[in-house]
Amino acid sequence: MSTTQGAERRRPPETSPDPEVRRDGTPTLAQRENRTGLAFVSPTVLVVLVVVVLPIAWTVLLAFQRARLIDIQGMGLLSNWTWENFGEVFTSPGFWSSLWTTLVYTAGSTAGSIALGLVAALALRRPFRGRALLRGSMLLPYVAPVVAVTFVWEIALSPQFGIVNELGTRLLGWDKPIAFLATRSHEISLFGWQVELPLALLTVIAFEIWRYFPFAFLFLLARLQAVPAGIEEAATVDGATLTQRFRHILLPQLMPVIALLSVLRFIMTFNKFDDVYLLTGGGSGTDVVAVRVYDFLTARYDVGAAAAQALVLAAVLAVLLGVYFKFFAKRVQEEAS
Amino acid sequence: MSRAQAEERTFAVVRWVVIAFLAVITLFPFYYMLLLSVKPIDQLLLDPGRLWVTLSELTFDTYRDVLRSVDDGGQGFLRMLGNSALVALATVALTLLASVPGAYAVSRLRFMGGRQVSAVFLAVYLFPSTLLAVPLFVMFAKIGLQGSLTGLVVVYIAQTVPVSIYMLKNYFVTIPKSVEEAAALDGCSRAQILRRIVLPLAAPSLMATGLYVFMIAWNEFLFALLFLAAAPDQWTVSLGLQQLANGIEVPKTVLMAGSVVLTIPVVVLFYAAERLLTEGLTSGADKS
Repeated sequence: MSTTQGAERRRPPETSPDPEVRRDGTPTLAQRENRTGLAFVSPTVLVVLVVVVLPIAWTVLLAFQRARLIDIQGMGLLSNWTWENFGEVFTSPGFWSSLWTTLVYTAGSTAGSIALGLVAALALRRPFRGRALLRGSMLLPYVAPVVAVTFVWEIALSPQFGIVNELGTRLLGWDKPIAFLATRSHEISLFGWQVELPLALLTVIAFEIWRYFPFAFLFLLARLQAVPAGIEEAATVDGATLTQRFRHILLPQLMPVIALLSVLRFIMTFNKFDDVYLLTGGGSGTDVVAVRVYDFLTARYDVGAAAAQALVLAAVLAVLLGVYFKFFAKRVQEEAS
Repeated sequence: MSRAQAEERTFAVVRWVVIAFLAVITLFPFYYMLLLSVKPIDQLLLDPGRLWVTLSELTFDTYRDVLRSVDDGGQGFLRMLGNSALVALATVALTLLASVPGAYAVSRLRFMGGRQVSAVFLAVYLFPSTLLAVPLFVMFAKIGLQGSLTGLVVVYIAQTVPVSIYMLKNYFVTIPKSVEEAAALDGCSRAQILRRIVLPLAAPSLMATGLYVFMIAWNEFLFALLFLAAAPDQWTVSLGLQQLANGIEVPKTVLMAGSVVLTIPVVVLFYAAERLLTEGLTSGADKS
């Protein structure tokens, strides 16, 4: 060993996992493996680099430049430096409320879709006639095109001819049809209290829960069916009730999946654009930041401000994830690895 | 009655209520979509609460209107279906082409940076697509890819490669190494092993991954809106439908016919391969 060490030290160790080269110069098995591996991943790396990493890097630059869509063609990559974009973002009307809306929307949708997915997984856990069929159709909201399902929701909730308002006024005794997607706040009286509900926002959250509970359901059901039957039987014999068995046996088994789902759904929803844009266009108190970025880009052609706004969104997400992983890191890592 | 018994009985009822509730909320919107698409608009306005359609009023004019080309006074969805199919199929083919070797390398080969690479790919999803939208918008405008389906395919590949590598990798690691070693002893190169041994064995996973990628590409809306909005003859169905709803007043029943046209290909594919897809997505999630 000591005789080969001198030769090894001259070469940086990370260039190849096995630095030993044969005398005749042909590569060793490990070197060939290294080479093949790099060749095999390079197409993917290339695409991701060009279409993801590069644009992100450029966004960071654009956020600090005065850049409107018209002058960007002739503009140098590194000119027009300014801090104004961030000033514009932070002082523009509605930015803070929009950030708050995004948070409420994301937290509500994430928690709701996981909760409903859990309920669904528990209900469909044991076989019954037609279970396979129902399990298949439960995934429909998730696989169907977002444009189509948002239209169905829009029409079903329409105050003029939507089925929901029709049933509500006819069977539930609503005084007049409710414009679910266009009402910023709706006053209802609850036990004599007047409560203001952010109706459009709640509707959008309900849509999000409906569309993504199948995703949680799928993962939770898979995990649920892998729980060994023996533990539960033993608990039943010991006299544990149904709720106790859920609380002390199933839930701990499901926790890692729930933690992973929370992170995944939180990230996805936080950045979500289509659903809100298609349902309300960002109006009536549903102006999430992702939709604002789009508006900056297409309505004002202000690329710099749009980039700054997107960057702020990403930074907020990064901070939230950082906090989350600091407290729950172990669980998520266990599940993801 | 003991507490355990009481709970068993209550939840036996609750379970069926939940099952019925889930069936209604997942199936009803799609039934409603189908129903409105074959109903004349005046019937809908007359009696919005009626949830069936009589044989005498059943109409397919909405579909004719949606599918006919723009020259014939229709909405030209047939052409958009072609665009969507082209984009989705090209995305599936190219994504698989790029991610099969990538996933194989990540699951089997020891190479420089190999252990970080899959984590880096998944980190792609940390960045909002709106963040990518700004520079891609500008980049594509610069190199003339704006308003072309090619640009869209490139973006979709980048969006789907990470998840596709993740799904394929989970499957590849379950293929016994000994099969490959036997082939290697017989003189197969890595590329030959991948093509002749691994790919045939991984066919179900390839199908599932391809299907998932197809769905993402077929359903995608934001990038289609950003890159193609100004080029109507390149519109995908998703974009076309949204533009139709935004444009001049179009009967809601026609919109629903468009929604059905947009939804059917995905749903048919999904039912054809449901088991494959659910297993492909969750494999690895059920380990204890």
